[in-house]
Amino acid sequence: MSSVVVIDYGMGNLHSIAKALQHADSAVTVTVSADPVVIAQADRVVFPGVGAMRDCMQALQSSGLDQVIKQVATTKPLLGICLGMQALLSDSEEGGLISCLNLFPGHVRRFADDLLDAQGERLKIPHMGWNQVQQHPHPLWEGIPQDSRFYFVHSYYAIPDQAAHIIATSEYPQAFTCAIARDNIFAVQFHPEKSQTVGLRLLHNFLNWNGKPN
Amino acid sequence: MSLAKRIIPCLDVDNGRVVKGVKFVDIRDAGDPVEIARRYDREGADEITFLDITATHDDRETMVHVVEQVASEVFIPLTVGGGIRKLDDIRRMLNAGADKVGINSAAVFNPEFVQQAADKFGSQCIVVAIDAKKVSADDQPARWEIFTHGGRKPTGINAIEWAIKMQDFGAGEILLTSMDRDGTKSGFDLPLTRAISDALTIPVIASGGVGNLDHLADGIIQGKADAVLAASIFHFAEYSIGEAKQRMQARGIEVRL
Repeated sequence: MSSVVVIDYGMGNLHSIAKALQHADSAVTVTVSADPVVIAQADRVVFPGVGAMRDCMQALQSSGLDQVIKQVATTKPLLGICLGMQALLSDSEEGGLISCLNLFPGHVRRFADDLLDAQGERLKIPHMGWNQVQQHPHPLWEGIPQDSRFYFVHSYYAIPDQAAHIIATSEYPQAFTCAIARDNIFAVQFHPEKSQTVGLRLLHNFLNWNGKPN
Repeated sequence: MSLAKRIIPCLDVDNGRVVKGVKFVDIRDAGDPVEIARRYDREGADEITFLDITATHDDRETMVHVVEQVASEVFIPLTVGGGIRKLDDIRRMLNAGADKVGINSAAVFNPEFVQQAADKFGSQCIVVAIDAKKVSADDQPARWEIFTHGGRKPTGINAIEWAIKMQDFGAGEILLTSMDRDGTKSGFDLPLTRAISDALTIPVIASGGVGNLDHLADGIIQGKADAVLAASIFHFAEYSIGEAKQRMQARGIEVRL
């Protein structure tokens, strides 16, 4: 029986993600843990996160989990969610300039405050709600229609240096990267655990993924 | 194509049952919250809000169980409001499976609580609920104030200034209820909604007064709300969420279908 561990480093509510993973595949053992040994033994790892990047990186560094994640990133399927995606980039401008895990060269920037939509209406920050996702080919999108809507809540977004790492985009109002991937790593800005049918399908695909990008 | 405007059905829960009062009296029983949440999820609700109108400690436990049950089978954002006064209240609701909490009176009595809550749990899960009532005469410039205790107690606080302060204190979203319209089915207070939405950079959910589907669309188009919340028109199956979205789409609003 395969297992997945959700990394618990004190950033946010992990019950939603654990419940959604269990619902997405009842045959998988789901654990929430901060223990490097438990994380190392799992078949797959989910790296979630909400809140501020400074707190996130401090929590990871003080617990040593930053090194655990870097290790996992070389060996087994890893799914980053929301702040857990942003932390994979080189740095973030949230709260000054914070160095991140640098698994994907690139930066995290804040949405501008003066964004307008096509009708000239001001767009609110955070970008909150259901937005359409334009997928690039990857096995984790299997069974999910192109342009499906996923649930987002964030004020910062990733700008990867390498276009090949962009595995989906969304628009607010300009196109921004909402999913990145390489090798055995896949990470999304939106919340699959809160994105109803399509979100559960993405989690199901992750729980059955062999870690190959194609 | 871009971000969809949200429709949020609200379930007023008392002692484990969904009820909806008209101006907080004459409460009718609308049913089992878990059953109703499941139905809204199937119909395409974008989020679900639970308002715990219970006063006693024992009934508060019931609410935690309701959230737990709903969260294990409904995978869209869930907000719980009502009686959130301490950081521990927030933690319990998040642990039960809520994604956001609504803070209302506690913010008025102790605004720093909003700051502490946003620092601790992140702005994304802090919704500040504002109950506002018009206090100006019809021939004067509009002025709305914050009321507590279900709209009975004035505070003298200007609603627009208050909303800006709550945004500065870390609220991720504002749930704005017109106490003049709540339960009347005569539509949102559109000038109020517009004034608050224009004053803020964070999303605003319009609430209070929805009686038909065009009211929902009006809240978005004229009120400039980012989301619309309604209770009774959905509970008593007057309209489905799907019908609401079709009407909004017909009026040119982007929705998730």
